[in-house]
Amino acid sequence: MSSPLSRDDVAKVAKLARLRLTEEELTTFTGQLSGVLEHANDMNSLDLSALEPTSNPFGLTNVTREDVIWKSLDREAVLAEAPDAQDGRFAVPRILGEAP
Amino acid sequence: MKSAVEIANDVQTGATTAVAQLEASYAAIEARNAELNVFLHLDKDGARKIAEAVDARVAAGEKVGPLAGVPIAIKDNLCQTGIPTTCSSKILEGWKPPYNATVIDRLVAAGAVPVGKTNLDEFAMGSSTENSAFGPTRNPLDPSRVPGGSSGGSAAAVAGDMTSISLGSDTGGSIRQPAAFCGIVGMKPTYGLVSRYGLIAFASSLDQIGPFSKTVMDSAVLLEAIAGHDPLDSTSLPEPSPSLVSHVNDGVAGKRIGLVKELYEGADESVVNAVMGAVAVLKEAGAEIVELSIPELRLGLSAYYLIAPAEASSNLARFDGVRFGLRVDGEDVTAMMEATRTAGFGAEVKRRIMLGTYALSAGYYDAYYGQALKVRTLTINAFKKAYAQADMLIGATTPGVAFKFGAKSDPMEMYLNDVFTIPTNLAGDPAVSVSFGKGEENLPIGVQLLGPGRSEASLYAAARVLEIADGRS
Amino acid sequence: MTLPEGWELVVGMEVHTELLTKSKLFCGCENHFGSEPNTNICPICLGLPGSLPVLNKDAVELAMRIGMALNCTIAPSTFHRKNYFYPDQSKDYQISQYDLPINSNGFLNLPDGSQVTIERAHMEEDTGKSTHLGGSGRLAGADRSLVDYNRCGVPLVEIVSGPDIRSSEQARAYAAELRGILIATGASDGRLEEGSMRFDANVSVRKTGDPLGTRCEIKNLNSLRSLQRAIDYEAARQVELILEGGTVRQETRHWDEGLGETSTLRVKEDAEDYRYFREPDLTELVPDQPWQDRVRAALPPMPAARRAKLLERIPGATKAQEDAVAVVIDLDLEGYVNAAADAGAEIAIAVSRAANELAAGIDTLSNLTTDAFTQTVLMEAKGELSATQSKVVLGELLANGGDPKKIAAEKGFEQMSSDSLGATIDDIISKNPDEWQRYKDGDDKLSQFFVGQAMKQTQGKANGKAVIAELQLRK
Repeated sequence: MSSPLSRDDVAKVAKLARLRLTEEELTTFTGQLSGVLEHANDMNSLDLSALEPTSNPFGLTNVTREDVIWKSLDREAVLAEAPDAQDGRFAVPRILGEAP
Repeated sequence: MKSAVEIANDVQTGATTAVAQLEASYAAIEARNAELNVFLHLDKDGARKIAEAVDARVAAGEKVGPLAGVPIAIKDNLCQTGIPTTCSSKILEGWKPPYNATVIDRLVAAGAVPVGKTNLDEFAMGSSTENSAFGPTRNPLDPSRVPGGSSGGSAAAVAGDMTSISLGSDTGGSIRQPAAFCGIVGMKPTYGLVSRYGLIAFASSLDQIGPFSKTVMDSAVLLEAIAGHDPLDSTSLPEPSPSLVSHVNDGVAGKRIGLVKELYEGADESVVNAVMGAVAVLKEAGAEIVELSIPELRLGLSAYYLIAPAEASSNLARFDGVRFGLRVDGEDVTAMMEATRTAGFGAEVKRRIMLGTYALSAGYYDAYYGQALKVRTLTINAFKKAYAQADMLIGATTPGVAFKFGAKSDPMEMYLNDVFTIPTNLAGDPAVSVSFGKGEENLPIGVQLLGPGRSEASLYAAARVLEIADGRS
Repeated sequence: MTLPEGWELVVGMEVHTELLTKSKLFCGCENHFGSEPNTNICPICLGLPGSLPVLNKDAVELAMRIGMALNCTIAPSTFHRKNYFYPDQSKDYQISQYDLPINSNGFLNLPDGSQVTIERAHMEEDTGKSTHLGGSGRLAGADRSLVDYNRCGVPLVEIVSGPDIRSSEQARAYAAELRGILIATGASDGRLEEGSMRFDANVSVRKTGDPLGTRCEIKNLNSLRSLQRAIDYEAARQVELILEGGTVRQETRHWDEGLGETSTLRVKEDAEDYRYFREPDLTELVPDQPWQDRVRAALPPMPAARRAKLLERIPGATKAQEDAVAVVIDLDLEGYVNAAADAGAEIAIAVSRAANELAAGIDTLSNLTTDAFTQTVLMEAKGELSATQSKVVLGELLANGGDPKKIAAEKGFEQMSSDSLGATIDDIISKNPDEWQRYKDGDDKLSQFFVGQAMKQTQGKANGKAVIAELQLRK
């Protein structure tokens, strides 16, 4: 994979990540991210199909907790840290669409 | 400055008080913080209360913990009530968490006195602490140079004699590299040994909290105090805190130590010389040296710079201006989130979020993230093979000594600084950096000792041998 | 509703059910509907920086119960993060099972004998709730929204069926049967009105024998009735669209109960890129055999088995009686029925009274003891109460409780003597000679006519059986 990333790719990714980039940033980031992905070519050229992926270093299993209720946070203290609150709730500007 | 062990002993015997130690620590901070920018927030009132409580217990003849009255600096990505936790990011400026990280509670239970929060690369992303939204930290040994990163503030607090010990976090070398640059001891424990609850996540499967100290013994005492199972962290290992302090002086006689080509090749000559010097010392102390090559470790950097950003892109999604921290207004909720994140995150954080988002996105997952997870397996298997031939491994911590500000402006060049430290994080294994020898401008060099999971006691024993040989205590 | 000749409806269902745990899926906040906003929140469900999830063991066991009740394979499973920005989701990702769900490959048999495959039943966390200010109070046109995270992190199981459903009636039957199962397992309270169970329907149409058509996902189905109506509407819309030369576009559609219509919510091209990956903060779930066995042993009988068991006591049950039994099981009333039958009452009467009078008074059922029910049904079975009187007594018991014998006495429901009944019957026969002749000639249906007349003359005091006995005597 050579120069794997286009400006359009970076623009699309920025939108997915809820970041706005200036034209200048778009150019800079495209170059820098391409550099990292090109470095990853050393890895991509290997045939690792026989290996299982590792998501976590030690494969612990069945870590659970008992179904008991603990004390919740004080609402007023939590809302005091919120950028905007109203009627015991977190307030946000209008939402454009339903949740996916 | 006295070691943590000495301070705790003096507090326990009544030779000094926790409050006096705290005042001395604040005096030292006051003297140099303006120049070095080590601490972002100090918790003078909270710390004083904790110190007074320790003194009261001593006065009452009660047993106090192994860190009684020892001032400690905390990396500002660990949640602590009463003072801000910012991750050196504008997006969290002024945020006061409503809960303590598990390590904070354990420190206080051990008698330690958290004095304040130290600077870091924003969200622990960086190797120089230049990426802090609140200005860089300077290396106390040479203020024209970086202290390393991301835990640069916590390393500088110890190197600058502001506190005897501190806590950092290590995702790809963020404890060991600054320890090397600042000439101190830095341990990245086994993944799961120390609870991550309350550590603001960078890359969840790689992050691990660990200690900085001037001495190996202090490192062992501090790690023993914070380690052990925590039901609030599902990835916390089920066993209790291991016995470390009692093994610090075990030595290395009969140990097989693997000198790994891929963990020093390409480093500066002075660094390679230091590694060879350390090997000679260990051999002299009775260790058997095995020369090894683990070519798979070379792939670690690529895998790391896909896995860590991928997890980070998701971990940092919650900084959206809705529930806490910064909000920049927008016409609708999406515009608000975009404006907030655009204004709140620095360039390096944005870079990694985008890299990770890309690596996980439809059509690229298998080629990048999926392949990186398999390289992780490859790395783990390679380490396992090596640990069949050696009890522990030795190499350099960093390719060179502390560099000057602005010396590494290209991200990839900066990332390459982590090449020796990253593989351990991928495997989840422990590694310690101990200062050994000097390089250019008489700057310290870090030698790295690596072991299989839960081998911290053996690593400390070997580090102690090097510490003695290097002429410190 | 039926589609035009030669067309076939294909429906697959996605059912979300909240689990009846005490605490949330990944934290110890109370799982409770109707609390004051943002009072059941902590660093974990609020997604505060540094917090970590820990899986609720009871939620896992309830999910396993659902899988077992739906004949699923229970397998090692993992959690993933589904990444998308939305204010009611505190971490801006949802923790959900993805490629390795805890339950897969099951089936559900419906009362009509049809079978629907269950592709998977996986665990995930619920989101918070938004209230919209300004405009009409709905999302569209609002100026500002307020978010309550009490529901955020409540455990859910999503049950995904195969595309096996062929009519809106069958979809409704599937949803109803599934609801009964979820309640029986103890996993859900089945309260549709509180949103603790929510339906999405994937609807497509095709010419019979053709490959599957393009499907639309219908959301906002809050009752069995709206489920059935929405599927009917959507199927008709799609057929009409195709017949007019159009093509169905794959999209998510919103059901408006008031308008009785579906409308476009989101087209497939707008679909998010969720960037699923393994949740690194949770471990793999590997339910070993002993754990599975323990959960299975605690699993109560399912509605189908309970219906079959009760029907065993009613040999040759009519369709109406089968339906009544279904109601009895659905409302968990078989304790009353069995107690009455065990005491010697006619079970058909007990089933009928339970499925009608008890069902109507279900909200005050706690006033009625099984003993009082048994006594009332026994009195009716012995002819001491007429059917009408029995219903009145049960109504009173459900409203205020009490002793059925006393209530009957207070209402003046004392048994008519056979002498006075006989005189009434003689009177009726003399007034209806034609009917009497036909009855004598063997037209048994007319017995009901005479019973009706007797009821009328005695203001319901007469017992139907006693009337027929008197008629037989005079034949």
